[in-house]
Amino acid sequence: MQNWYMLTMVGKDRPGIVAEVSQALFKEGGNLGEASMARLGGNFTVMLMLQIDSEKNEIEKILQPLKDKMGLFFHIDQIKGDLHQHIDPNFRLSVHGADKSGIVAAVTDSLAKLNINILNLESDVGGSPENPIYIMHIEGFADCSLSSLESSLQPLIKEKEIVAHLIPIDTMVG
Amino acid sequence: MAQLEILVYPDERLRQVSQPVQSVDDEILRFISDLEETLDSLPGCVGIAAPQVGFFKRIIVVDVSSRPQHINHGRLILINPKITSCEGNSIGREGCLSVPDYTGKVKRSKFIEVKAINPLGASVTFKMERYEARAVQHEIDHLDGKLFIDNLMGKRSDLKRRMEN
Repeated sequence: MQNWYMLTMVGKDRPGIVAEVSQALFKEGGNLGEASMARLGGNFTVMLMLQIDSEKNEIEKILQPLKDKMGLFFHIDQIKGDLHQHIDPNFRLSVHGADKSGIVAAVTDSLAKLNINILNLESDVGGSPENPIYIMHIEGFADCSLSSLESSLQPLIKEKEIVAHLIPIDTMVG
Repeated sequence: MAQLEILVYPDERLRQVSQPVQSVDDEILRFISDLEETLDSLPGCVGIAAPQVGFFKRIIVVDVSSRPQHINHGRLILINPKITSCEGNSIGREGCLSVPDYTGKVKRSKFIEVKAINPLGASVTFKMERYEARAVQHEIDHLDGKLFIDNLMGKRSDLKRRMEN
């Protein structure tokens, strides 16, 4: 039974964060699994699967110097690895509009009511500070028809004054 | 008739460049029949290339007819296929029998013309688009030792609206 952890980290963005974190973990026998890392605003964020024969407090000791040096906040949870169980998305929903609160809540509420599983969500705030725009891409798996999703989005497209494009994804396997 | 074993990445043999078929003889026809049977045994799969089963000759089978929403030519058995013209680009999601449990976005030509020999030994030409064109490009890549994971686009690599086929 392998010991898997989810390591969550956030800190002010600067070059070298990933290199230092991964080096430190590698030196202590850590093996990295799937990861999602991104600059969000001026912050660098890390969600990282880590497999290591160490207890949580020992991992904290490995990371402590990086916390002190780079001002990284981290959090560690023991998890199940559950690798090799990818779900392929069958739609992509792209949304954009003038930034206002409630866009994500409204859009994802429509998805949740149809029992749709979000597999990947990324969003950015673009535009200028005076006129920010919100841009969001969701890839997910819908067990229902995409037309029912399309119709459930219609009222909030009006209400939130957003543009939403729903595109089916048909993965070509060859 | 037999179902053939699929080579799986990182098997180095998937990197081998396949050789043209010199003549469509009984051995080649028997192999094609096995290749078709192998493809038919794999649900959701729309194409297969000879090197994926360790036979390094330029033969592919593509059959998109199970997905009638995509314009297609039915079952295509293409020997020595060659793309003679291509136009436009499209980004779509691909998976591969030889790369289990992973799918990713790949940029391909949207329209292609492909020339090949059919199992009767006759020259054939097909003009195809989007999903079917993607499948043929994916399979021809196998003949050149290339895999779709050589040409992946990252998750955040394009923030523009685009078609997924």
